[in-house]
Parts: sequence; C-alpha cells; structure tokens
Amino acid sequence: MKIDWAALGSVFGVSLVVTVGLVTLFTLGVMGLSRRERASEQGGSAALALTGAYVCFGACAAAVAYGISLIVV
Amino acid sequence: MENFSLILAIVVVTALAFDFTNGFHDTANAMATTISTGALKPKVAVAMSAVLNLVGAFLSVEVANTISKGLVDETGIRPEVIFAALVGAILWNLLTWLVGLPSSSSHALMGGLIGATIASAGAGAVHGDVLVTKVLIPAIAAPLVAGLAAMLATRLSYSLGKKADGKAAAKGYRTGQIASAGLVSLAHGTNDAQKTMGIITLALVAGGAVAPDSDPPTWVILSAGLAIALGTYLGGWRIIRTMGKGLTDLQPQQGFAAQTSAATVILASSHIGFSLSTTHSVSGAVMGAGLGRKGGVVRWSTATRMFVAWGLTLPAAALVGALAESVTDLGDWGTAVVAVFLIASSAAIWKISRREVVDATNVNETGEPAGVVTTAIAAVTPPPAGTVTDDLTATIPAPAATVTADPAAPPAATTV
Repeated sequence: MKIDWAALGSVFGVSLVVTVGLVTLFTLGVMGLSRRERASEQGGSAALALTGAYVCFGACAAAVAYGISLIVV
Repeated sequence: MENFSLILAIVVVTALAFDFTNGFHDTANAMATTISTGALKPKVAVAMSAVLNLVGAFLSVEVANTISKGLVDETGIRPEVIFAALVGAILWNLLTWLVGLPSSSSHALMGGLIGATIASAGAGAVHGDVLVTKVLIPAIAAPLVAGLAAMLATRLSYSLGKKADGKAAAKGYRTGQIASAGLVSLAHGTNDAQKTMGIITLALVAGGAVAPDSDPPTWVILSAGLAIALGTYLGGWRIIRTMGKGLTDLQPQQGFAAQTSAATVILASSHIGFSLSTTHSVSGAVMGAGLGRKGGVVRWSTATRMFVAWGLTLPAAALVGALAESVTDLGDWGTAVVAVFLIASSAAIWKISRREVVDATNVNETGEPAGVVTTAIAAVTPPPAGTVTDDLTATIPAPAATVTADPAAPPAATTV
C-alpha cells in the first residue's frame, strides 16, 4: 500500500496558506471599506483606504478566477 | 442504441435517481453557511447552486470515469451489479437526509459498488489498498485540513477586522461568501454530476450499448446535469439546517472563512490529485470556523453523530448493495423485487419525513441541541404564563426533539 504523503502534505500546505491569505486580504479590503464609511460619515474622504480596499478585492477576484480556471481546465 | 435492454434502462433511471439524491444531499455543502448567515435567501441560494451545478456538469468530462477507476475490477461487471450498487447508495443518501446528517454521496456510491461487487465476484475483486488510500485517509484528512484552515482564518479575520463593522463590512462579507459558495457549487457540478455520467457510461459499456473507452454520450451529460440541478434546487433542507445551524452558530465572518477554506481545499485537492470529499471538507470547515471565534462553540453531540454517519456510510451502503446484488442474482424477478423495494422504501422515508417538514421557511430555526434545552425550559415553566411570542418559541423546538428520537426507527425499518 502506497500512501501519497507528499500530495496530502501539499494539499494541506496549499489550502492553509491560500485560505489564510485570501481571508486576510479580504478582511483588509473590508476594513478599508468601513474606514471610508466612517470617514464619509464625518464628512472626510479616505482615498487611500478605498484604493487599498480595491487592490485587496482585486487580488481576491483574481484568486476566484484562477479557481474557476482550475475547475474548467 | 438498438441494443438497449430493459435492465440497462432500469440502471440509467436508477443512476439518474442517485444523481438527484446526490444534488439534494449536497446542496448543504455549498449553501448551508450562506443561508444560515442570511447572505442569501434560502430559495435564491439553492437556485443559484442549481444553475452552477448544471453549468459545472457541462464544463468537462474529465472526471467521468473516476468513481469506478481502480476501486473494483471492471472486467465482467454486469448492469445488475451497478443497479445493486445504486440501490445501496440511494437508500443511504435518503436515510442520512431523513436524520439530517451530511455524509459523502461518493462514499455511499463507492460502498454500494464494493458491496455489490463482493456479492457478485467475491472479495478478491475489491482492491483493499485503493480503499484505504482513496476512501479512509481522505475521510480523516479532509475535515482536519479544512477545519484547521478555517479556524486560523476565522481567528485572523476577527483579530484583524475589529475595526471592520458597519454596512460596508456586512455587505463585503456577504459578497465574499456568495462568491466562495458559488465556487463550491461549480466544483460540485463538475465532480459529482460526472460521477453519475461515469456510472451510466460504465453500465452502457457493460450492457454492450456503447463501445468501451468512449466518452459519455450527449444525452447522458444532459440528463445527469439536469438531475443533479433539480435535486440541488429542491434542496436537502434538513442537512442544510444541520450544517448551517446545528454544528455551530455562524456569523458572516465565520461563514466567509468556512466557505473560503472549503472551496480552497476542494480545488487544491482535486488539482493536486489527492481527492477529498466535498461534504467532509465543508463540515470540517464549518466546525473550524466555529472554534475560531472567541466564545464560539461546536455542538459535539451533533458532530459526533455526523462522524458516526461518515463511518457507517461505506459499510451500510455496501451491505445494502450486497443484499440487492444477491437478490438480483436470482433472476429477472429478483431485479424486479429490488426495484420495487427501492421505490417502496424511498416512499416510506419520504412519508416519515413529512412528520416534521423542513423547508425553505424554517431552515434557519433552532438546531437540535438548542431544541432539547428549550423544550426542557418549556417543560419547567408553566405554559399559560407566556405571551404569544413565548408560545411560538415553545412550540417550534418541540418537533425538533422528536427528530432526535427518530434516528433509531428508520434504520430498523429499512434493513429488512
């Protein structure tokens, strides 16, 4: 019996890194959005926070696109 | 198709029925967290999942032969054996649906196939080592991997995102959750609809209607995709309730972390080639997300019953598959008996399920352990004291408690 420990290990590692990375990115993006929400409530603007948020969401969208390409191909 | 015998037609119909129960059973994987956190309305969620499953079914035919590959000796497999295997898998799927426990449809199918093969060709035709590497190890690894990833992600998301609140944050987590749930649905369509296509093609080859090594015919792809989408749309609300509310209470952040972890694990595993069960990954991810939040609890009693169901899936489906195969072996009337038995017991399970209906309207109400507690409280406090709302909270959990009592009954009824 041959158990493919290497494959199992890489599934483990990849899943862990990608999940934590994606959720972190997404949380940062959401933080940016709420900062802007707070800022606009007080009449200010937070262009940097908004740009940062869009960069984070863009990276997440790219990850989703890669996921879809994995399913299709 | 001039060679299309009656038994072949029966196998195809049964395979589509299995496909239907598969979709029905696995809606929870994609949509339970989305529904329980309120990111999508229940009906909208299952409709979206159904469409993505259908789309997924058409994306490729790569996996179509996975299910039987290497697990049993394919040479000399007869349509009757496949029929018996499907009977075992369908009954197990319906039974676990009745008690509201998520379990792997693939394991049920493999179990049925193994049991039927043993009954037909002896234990030698089953490859034991493949069983360990393809079934046992993944079953243990999937929830661990997904659970750990979801737990870390949840913890991080809570400590990082303390300042993330308000409408923007709520909307953000909602969108994220829908996206990852969509990915899970799509992956499910490509995997599970194709397993049925593989089974039907295998039966067609075994019955001599299609040349060996051919791709599934178009009508097979179309009907398998439609069957799984229909099952998904009707929604296994009982399982959705267990997964979304029964195991733990999920907040949007947790739902997002859990679904993202599950989607990642499923895609990574199928890409790297160490296939993990969708159901096991999602359940593990949900529990991990539950543990990741401060003050979050996992209801281990529900989790334990789920683990037991996972352990039983393969042997139980195998047993039914083996019994069905030995009856079909008696001749054509044996096959007819099995078919009648399958229809009768499915009808019986459906009938029992009507005692306590779970559908889109009450899918988010009370998990079972909460139901036990509230019924206990309801028993202690004098009923007339309550206002109208008190009455409501007291009456809803009561049927949930009867569900806990039910699991003992159905197995006894169907193993006859």
